[in-house]
Amino acid sequence: MLDDSKKPLVSVKDLKMHFPIHAGLLRRRVGEVKAVDGVSFDVMEGETLGLVGESGCGKSTCGRAVLRLYDITSGSITIDDREIGAIPQPDLREMRPTMQMVFQDPQASLNPRMTVEDIIKEPLDEHTTGTDAEKREKVGELMDAVGLNRKFAKRYPHAFSGGQRQRIGIARALALNPKFIVCDEPIAALDVSIQAQVVNLLEDLQEQFGLTYLFISHDLSMVRHIATRVAVMYLGKIVELAPREGLYAEPLHPYTKALLSAVPEPDPSLARATERVILKGDVPSPSNPPEGCNFCTRCPSVMDICKRVEPEYREVQPGRFTACHLYNDENGTAG
Amino acid sequence: MPDGALPVLDVRDLKTVFQTRGGEVHAVNDVSFSLKPGELLGVVGESGSGKSVTMMSLLGLLPTPPADVRGGSVQFDGKDLLHISQEELRSVRGGKIGFVFQDPMTSLNPVYNVGFQIMEPLRKHMGMSKAEAAARAQELLELVGIPDAKQRLADFPHQFSGGMRQRVMIAIALACDPQVLIADEPTTALDVTIQAQILELMKELRDKLGMAVIWITHDLGVIAGIADRVMVMYGGQVVEHAPVHELFANPQHPYTRALLTTIPKIMGERASRLTIIEGQPPIMAGAPTSCPFRDRCDVAFDRCAVENPPRYDLGAGHDAACFFDARTGGPRDA
Repeated sequence: MLDDSKKPLVSVKDLKMHFPIHAGLLRRRVGEVKAVDGVSFDVMEGETLGLVGESGCGKSTCGRAVLRLYDITSGSITIDDREIGAIPQPDLREMRPTMQMVFQDPQASLNPRMTVEDIIKEPLDEHTTGTDAEKREKVGELMDAVGLNRKFAKRYPHAFSGGQRQRIGIARALALNPKFIVCDEPIAALDVSIQAQVVNLLEDLQEQFGLTYLFISHDLSMVRHIATRVAVMYLGKIVELAPREGLYAEPLHPYTKALLSAVPEPDPSLARATERVILKGDVPSPSNPPEGCNFCTRCPSVMDICKRVEPEYREVQPGRFTACHLYNDENGTAG
Repeated sequence: MPDGALPVLDVRDLKTVFQTRGGEVHAVNDVSFSLKPGELLGVVGESGSGKSVTMMSLLGLLPTPPADVRGGSVQFDGKDLLHISQEELRSVRGGKIGFVFQDPMTSLNPVYNVGFQIMEPLRKHMGMSKAEAAARAQELLELVGIPDAKQRLADFPHQFSGGMRQRVMIAIALACDPQVLIADEPTTALDVTIQAQILELMKELRDKLGMAVIWITHDLGVIAGIADRVMVMYGGQVVEHAPVHELFANPQHPYTRALLTTIPKIMGERASRLTIIEGQPPIMAGAPTSCPFRDRCDVAFDRCAVENPPRYDLGAGHDAACFFDARTGGPRDA
């Protein structure tokens, strides 16, 4: 998937999203939560970039910022050769059909007072012209595509199960023939037997419509299944980005190593045989990140330099990026 | 895990029904299991499979109505927990049986400091003085690995992170030296690296304190890492039950087999496509007259639609509730 003929559909450079903290009687600005703090990555056409990390690492904020659901603090976002990082919201409307989102909680992201047909038709009403009959026909096609029975078009979201509701959310995202879809934990709220159904559907749709996904998840096993390349976030920064095979077989960054070893393996002999890296302590607050490397407070291979100098995010092997002093030339102690 | 020891908890044919406007929902159907001292029993199932309701029924924690524990027996400490007074039951709960709930954010009281909340069961159940309870509370916080235990006792729940709060919950559950600890999805709300910390802690505490643990989860990975025996639940019933290695190496029920293939792996071969279990979990209206899994099962046959399979003993502590014999590849003898 990484051949040179593929060009990036989405290109993010040094994206920052800081939220102000106001406190005191006069609600003065006393600091900021650096939810996303200088993130750069490309998403190639037709690929799935997995974005993983623990809660609070900024992965969802990153996904929402890339779609400009926030007014970003700084950085550049190019989608389909158009810079959208700084353009005002009204101009963004023109771009919206190209980029869509599937949300985590299918319960909360569907209006309970709208029928399924109205929910899927809403983007068509907003962005396309055409008769009502044409739109209804399109809704029918979308329902077929995501495996929902057309007969249920007049029902309300509460009549559907979690997996079916997620299908409604996917159909709505597909309505305007987007190129790029941000999937924000689309399966986290579903049961294991239903998760596989939705993941297979997303893969089928990708093939059918040539979609490009940014797949945000905390489920490392599922990301291994669906993603072409994987980016690992920690405390607002990407610590490692690599093709799937390489990342899972031989993680470079100590955080990636710890994260992978913490995933429970559903095989008792393997689970008990593997030596786990148990991280001590909790993630520091993103409003007050440590000096130097963000991971230095929990890193098992921490060095002096890590507490002073922030490691540079750079390509250490072809296609593999990481931000860690272990892989800088002067400390050639890689591995 | 001592073999042949008398079970510390023995549940037989537990049956719980909810009265709803749409009729009766049979949430727990004839669930039986036993727990030996020092053993860790894993209970796996999807949401709605009845795993939490089973545990809440046996502790009398469900509001009646709508819940109605229709039958069965729960032998613990020489008594049947289903037939003792509320008063007696209250002395068992939080005393000899401790429990930890899923969500550490909502199960602690935000207006009391954690010291008070750990000391409460100590004073109620063990009759300790304030000073004794405070000393024990500090010990407990140290036991679950919270640094600066003495200072932290005065802190309120919001001053703790999710993983730390779950440690506080475990400390409360352990306060009265329980013989049985019931942990209902204790790590589901936590991140993987924090989950790994809690799992290590549980294993350590179990070995140190020798109590029996029931660990409820939907995550087969967690079960593989810590359980001695596993009980798989589906549609309010136990569909398969086996020692952990046997269950993963040799699953006999079609649901267990499907569940094991549907989760992607973090190591080893990567499947190009995920196996899926078609359909939806059952709605458990009315008493079961057929196998709850038959609509989603790939080996179902006529008998599955007219009879609910009993749990067939397969030897070596393994049983499965299925008319299809995976070993012979045909139906079991009637």
